[in-house]
Amino acid sequence: MINPTPQELSLEKLRAGDRAEMARMVDVFSAPVYRLGLRMLGSPQDAEDVLQNTFMNALTHLSEFEGRSSIATWLYRIAANEALMLIRRRKPEVNIEDLQADDPDAGLMPTQFVDWSGLPENELLSEEGKKALDAAIQTLPENLRMVFVMRDVEGLSIKETADALGLTGTNVKTRLLRARLHLRERLSAYYAERSQHLIREDKNDGS
Amino acid sequence: MMDHNHVNCETLLGSLSEYIDGELSPELCREIEKHLAGCDNCRVVLNTTRRTIDLVQSPAEAVPVPDEVRERLFKRLNLDDYLKPKSQ
Ligand SMILES: [Zn+2]
Repeated sequence: MINPTPQELSLEKLRAGDRAEMARMVDVFSAPVYRLGLRMLGSPQDAEDVLQNTFMNALTHLSEFEGRSSIATWLYRIAANEALMLIRRRKPEVNIEDLQADDPDAGLMPTQFVDWSGLPENELLSEEGKKALDAAIQTLPENLRMVFVMRDVEGLSIKETADALGLTGTNVKTRLLRARLHLRERLSAYYAERSQHLIREDKNDGS
Repeated sequence: MMDHNHVNCETLLGSLSEYIDGELSPELCREIEKHLAGCDNCRVVLNTTRRTIDLVQSPAEAVPVPDEVRERLFKRLNLDDYLKPKSQ
């Protein structure tokens, strides 16, 4: 669910060109738009481009926004397009994996069965742990990553994600499952290797 | 027990997201839990997938917009006269 804003933004004021209301809209939504850019592009510079382009675009087209979706969903849709355009410009080649994004059977089978879920928070969210998590997210094909970022990072519902991306709910669910399993696999490989290191260090300490 | 309700590793995997999100019927949940009780691998996959989602949602991963970025944004949008009052 998209968090309700402290005080509802007035679509009427926005469309009439009320600049104070525009500034309020920018402040309410700049954090999620910036995070989406950061997750999708992986660099603060690119995230800032996504942020600026999204709101430039939004303010230019406010008068055409009919309010059929929420302001949040509309902004997410613009942000997703801006992010994907920038990604295309950065790496124009087609990603083979992307073409299989909606194939429910493609690449689901887990191969890593180390249970690292009981590791303490301070280990999982250490600087190193966070870096591993960020790197794992960057390995997701972009159309899986987009769904994952909206649903699991930003907390949009399946329906909101589908509306923002112009997908069916079934597509969103398929992509979300694939994204989650892909990430889980990556992190499991990382923690499996890490625990091997720790065991070796322990042994060396003991001898 | 109805045969089509029988859950194996593959069908569990296909329903994993919806199971985690609490979107499945109580009957299917019971079948899934029955399978989980007897299958170590599926239990590990469930636990680590849940943990993965927890981690990306943790407050430690919530990045705020840096002040200078916000400032440049407001300037680009010609809204810099509204730049001052935010947190105050
Ligand atoms: Zn199983």
